Amino acid sequence: MHVPHRQPQSMKRRLWVAFLVVPPIVFMSLFVVYPILSAFAYAFYDWQGLARGEFVGLKNFREVLFGATMAPVVWNAFLHNVYALVALMIVQNGGGFLLAWLLYKEPFGFRFHRVAVFVPVVLSTIIVGFLWKLFLNPNFGIVNQALYSLGLDALAKPWLGDSATALGALILANAWHFVGFPTLVYLAGMQRIPSEIIEAARLDGTTEWQLLKNIVWPLVAPSTTILFTLLFIGAFNWFEIPYVMVGLDGSPFGSTDVLGLVFYRTAFGNQSASIQNFGLGSALATLLFLFIVVFASMLTLWLRRREIQF
Amino acid sequence: MTAIASDTSAARRPISFAFLAQVILIANSFIMLYPVVVMVLSAFKTTGEIFEHPFALPDFTQVQNFAKVLGETAMPTYFINSLLVTGMSVLLILVLGTMAGYAVARYESRTNTFILLFFLAGLMLPLKLAVIPLFILLRDLGLLDSRWSLIVTYTAIGLPSAVFIMAGFLRTLPSELEDAARIDGASEPRIMWSVMLPLARPPMAIAAIQNAVPIWNDFFFPLVFIQTDSRKTLPQGLTSFMGEYTTDWGMLFAGLTIAAAPITLLYIALSRQFIQGMTAGAVK
Repeated sequence: MHVPHRQPQSMKRRLWVAFLVVPPIVFMSLFVVYPILSAFAYAFYDWQGLARGEFVGLKNFREVLFGATMAPVVWNAFLHNVYALVALMIVQNGGGFLLAWLLYKEPFGFRFHRVAVFVPVVLSTIIVGFLWKLFLNPNFGIVNQALYSLGLDALAKPWLGDSATALGALILANAWHFVGFPTLVYLAGMQRIPSEIIEAARLDGTTEWQLLKNIVWPLVAPSTTILFTLLFIGAFNWFEIPYVMVGLDGSPFGSTDVLGLVFYRTAFGNQSASIQNFGLGSALATLLFLFIVVFASMLTLWLRRREIQF
Repeated sequence: MTAIASDTSAARRPISFAFLAQVILIANSFIMLYPVVVMVLSAFKTTGEIFEHPFALPDFTQVQNFAKVLGETAMPTYFINSLLVTGMSVLLILVLGTMAGYAVARYESRTNTFILLFFLAGLMLPLKLAVIPLFILLRDLGLLDSRWSLIVTYTAIGLPSAVFIMAGFLRTLPSELEDAARIDGASEPRIMWSVMLPLARPPMAIAAIQNAVPIWNDFFFPLVFIQTDSRKTLPQGLTSFMGEYTTDWGMLFAGLTIAAAPITLLYIALSRQFIQGMTAGAVK
């Protein structure tokens, strides 16, 4: 495979290769590397609006984690992110796994169901959020209208206005939006399992549950690793659905507040109280970033080890 | 359902399982599609009709909501902005991604590992969390509140995955192709443009779809960067629109339907490519 006249052209070729790689690298350095590095630095400064003030050390971090006004809001929101993560792991990823298993057998209507489950995934989160906000309207939304017409008036609720149900409603809207993604990733994972393995298990008289638990689930472990890591990152960056459906303040009474909303309110202010604090915002973003990087790496390593064990 | 409960003999179990699976799949597809159907049906109704008969079929000749959305609101402007931003971003991602991917895949160099690691880091880091410095950088560059602010941001987010998709594919092309062209005296740019890239259309399509859908749908960056109404993209413009017509549900559903229509129709026409492209990052 040796190219005979590589030497005489090497200078010209080196220039050509540089022409190919330098623009993408400069672009990435300017718009990704530089902002991310500055994000860490900004957290150590005091900010007056858009102007950087003096170096204040860890003051912003202390305020975010332990300050009297900020910390309770941050921890309240953090708990909601954890809650959303756990619920979505079960409903969205777990549901996706089961749907994938049903689709894997290519039942009647397989192609239709496969396309249908992915329809909400291609829609903008803004459309999904507004749609469910209208559907969950206490008086005229189709959810309560359906309950009334079934005679189940007692179950009708102001879903988004009640702090007991609001976060759950957001989680279900998110699951409706994205369940097609884990479904099709798991389906692709299952389709890579050599069919002889499943045939052999079937001949041995393995029950459906044993087959799923002992053979399919371990063999789709690489898909699980990716899906759980993506969900983890997504759950702690959760912003659009809450923003559209319950507003910037995580109403009612902060019962749907999540870190994404806290970050946006802190850094870019909100309509009611136009305060803007880039220092606290950067500190919160840095902490969230470190949290995501550390836990996502640990999660990935743990899930990878699990893959090998099977 | 009673068949499942009463008949537990091993021979009949596959049939009842298949039946249960069908029930679940049909119920799931119904849950996935029915909200979209209600959205479209409601767009043909007046607000009064939506409130009184939410599940009834509308009179499909009543298109005044659509006419009003397209004729009296800024929705067409938002749509054009989304097209411009998505188109330019995807174009830049493909050009820059192919350049870097080609260099890494087709030329041996000691810096290749470094370049790949560099882009791998970009793949992992959520740029959303660096939005404050990005905001200040774009302000200093005079790009804030312009469509370019979105284009450069989306390009930066999409570029790493495009580099990996392109490099992964280009590496698999046999080197006899370029060797033959070299012996014929073709220049390196000529080889890349006329010999190799025509073969690389499938990975380009995957990279394009993988990036186009999230860019088209993104809301966060326009929310932070764009203030001027005439430069807003569709998802962002939709929030202004929804705020303006809060009580006119017919208009709201028509707006949502118009916003959802292009990508949904494109998805139905190209579902295989969409699914392949959008799951490309998670499926090896």
